[in-house]
Amino acid sequence: MPPNSNGTTDSLLSLRQVNKSFGAVQVLRGVDFDVFPGQVTSLVGDNGAGKSTLIKSVVGIHPFDGGQMFFEGKEVHVTGPKQANDLGIEVVYQDLALCDNLDVVHNMFLGREVKSGLTLNETDMEKRAGDTLRSLSVRTLRSLRQQVSSLSGGQRQTVAIARAVLWNSKLVILDEPTAALGVAQTEQVLNLVRRLSEHGLAVVLITHNMNDVFAVSDNIACLYLGQMAAQVKASEVNHGQVVELITAGRSGDLGLQPEVAMASAGDAP
Amino acid sequence: MSTSTEPVSQFDIAEAGDRQGLSQAASDYWTRVKGGDIGSLPAIIGVVVLVIIFGALEGDTFLTTANFANLINQGAAITVLAMGLVFVLLLGEIDLSAGFTAGMGAAVTAVTVTEHGWPWPLSLLAALLVGVVIGSLIAALVAYLGIPSFIVTLAFFLGLQGIMLLIIGEGGTIPIRNDAILTVMNKNMPVVLGWLFALLIIAGFAGATYFAIMKRRKAGLPTEATSVWLAKVGGLALVVLVFTYLLNEERQRETALIKIQGVPWVIPLVVVLVVGLSFMLGRTGLGRHIYAVGGNKEAARRAGINVKGVMTTCFNLCSTLAVVAGILIASRDNSVSPTTGGAQTLLYAVGAAVIGGTSLFGGRGKIYDAVTGGLVVAVIANGLPLVTQKSGVQFLVNGLVLLVAASVDAISRRRAAATGR
Repeated sequence: MPPNSNGTTDSLLSLRQVNKSFGAVQVLRGVDFDVFPGQVTSLVGDNGAGKSTLIKSVVGIHPFDGGQMFFEGKEVHVTGPKQANDLGIEVVYQDLALCDNLDVVHNMFLGREVKSGLTLNETDMEKRAGDTLRSLSVRTLRSLRQQVSSLSGGQRQTVAIARAVLWNSKLVILDEPTAALGVAQTEQVLNLVRRLSEHGLAVVLITHNMNDVFAVSDNIACLYLGQMAAQVKASEVNHGQVVELITAGRSGDLGLQPEVAMASAGDAP
Repeated sequence: MSTSTEPVSQFDIAEAGDRQGLSQAASDYWTRVKGGDIGSLPAIIGVVVLVIIFGALEGDTFLTTANFANLINQGAAITVLAMGLVFVLLLGEIDLSAGFTAGMGAAVTAVTVTEHGWPWPLSLLAALLVGVVIGSLIAALVAYLGIPSFIVTLAFFLGLQGIMLLIIGEGGTIPIRNDAILTVMNKNMPVVLGWLFALLIIAGFAGATYFAIMKRRKAGLPTEATSVWLAKVGGLALVVLVFTYLLNEERQRETALIKIQGVPWVIPLVVVLVVGLSFMLGRTGLGRHIYAVGGNKEAARRAGINVKGVMTTCFNLCSTLAVVAGILIASRDNSVSPTTGGAQTLLYAVGAAVIGGTSLFGGRGKIYDAVTGGLVVAVIANGLPLVTQKSGVQFLVNGLVLLVAASVDAISRRRAAATGR
């Protein structure tokens, strides 16, 4: 078990010195990243910092070129989304990937329908969907049998997140879940994110919104031009420091050393 | 519902009120209609209006039991063809070649049975196989090569017409004399058997839906109110019994020597297809995946659904059902010619599916849409020639009906989008 950035060894997912290049462009260089069960880890960084690449590598869409990935203490090599799902990693993508013409239950079980013999077991699916939503204290859906097309943006996001939780997942990665939402709906979704971590799940929240970061995060990991500038406890930093980490890669004693940061900036594409 | 500790909570249909009986169910239905989910409402209104119009204009010929049976026969092949098209339309694709796929099926059957003397089951099997081959080819070009289905099936529309000409010969007509094949469209069930069949349908529907309600109730899920269930069963029973009664009436003048009465044999065939395909579409994983691919292809792909496999299945089902329709047409005409399945056949079938409530934009539609829509089309195809002999007017009316159906589809879709979010 590798030591973690905060000195403990209870992390669910640990990345050590991972690299990823696309042709001549090195997108990730020597990144360390830790995610803990029962905590929300925000992954922040400017556009092009490598957030999406990091996530896509974790779930095996673009496997890492080098470095190590540990899941539940064991080294794993994830080569495809299916394998990531089997490990208990679920991603909720920005464009929610819901079918408008199907109802809430059908969407939550899409592609993994519960069957009894030849037929779909609708009652079982509806019960399980209801239980999951109830366990997340979702109170905004009128009916489990309403079509997703009739839901608001926040409700859709809720369904997409609940779908990720349905499968005994251990790590849920949310890609900008509040980007397209209004104030009240953002609040709803952030509450849901908080509740996921209270249920013991590890949550990675990718976001650009500093308010979201400080509203729900336990940890903040900041990528700067493909390098991990810092992974810190949310309680130990303030808004300004995080913004500096995002824009300059360092803030006072935190972050990359000046010469490293400058070097990175120098050969940035 | 059980009296468990926790009420079935916020996302319970019970709160929306489905369990509160008929008036609530009616108001829920009206809300859905206003929200753009109109289902087969236009088809039902269409049938009623058309029957009134044709009845008023040509009541003496249109409103007879003989013509009613004739109308059912006319509509059967279109309905079966429309069922196949529902699968392709659900994907948001189109199959313009379905009409001539039907013609191909008819031609293969006729050539093998009449000219080569094959036993009829073997020749039906050969025809169905031709359907599978055509469907697979279309699917390969659309799903794997990525050519728009409109173009692929337009090419097949022309190509299949050519193959039919080559098989049958220019201007040729192949008669069908095989009793088994002719029976489907030309013979009727004995009266008693017709009544038994009607009762079987009603009992089957009542039993299946009641069983489903009990299962949900046992699981503590919100269910339909008993009064709503009774109304549905009652409605179906009324329609089935009226149809059976009319078809069991003597269709000829009293002086005729032989009696013609009974439910045409094609009806049980259509019913079996409706039940079987509805089950597949509504209750199995494959059916769910078809809707998912039609609703959001990318979401389906990310959910791990084999999108290309689903598309292949749908095109295959369409072509195979088209072959069945073709055999019905051949049975009705007692022969096959190079124009079998041509002319307005495809337009009627697409019209039937769309009038019945299947969306041209994909993701919405049911198998029984083909039946309700098929009934509308059959009434038009049957009644219009009684009113006017001018084929110009007939073409015009048919074109208009298809346009109206497509407009209703587009408008309801816009309403759904407007009220949905």
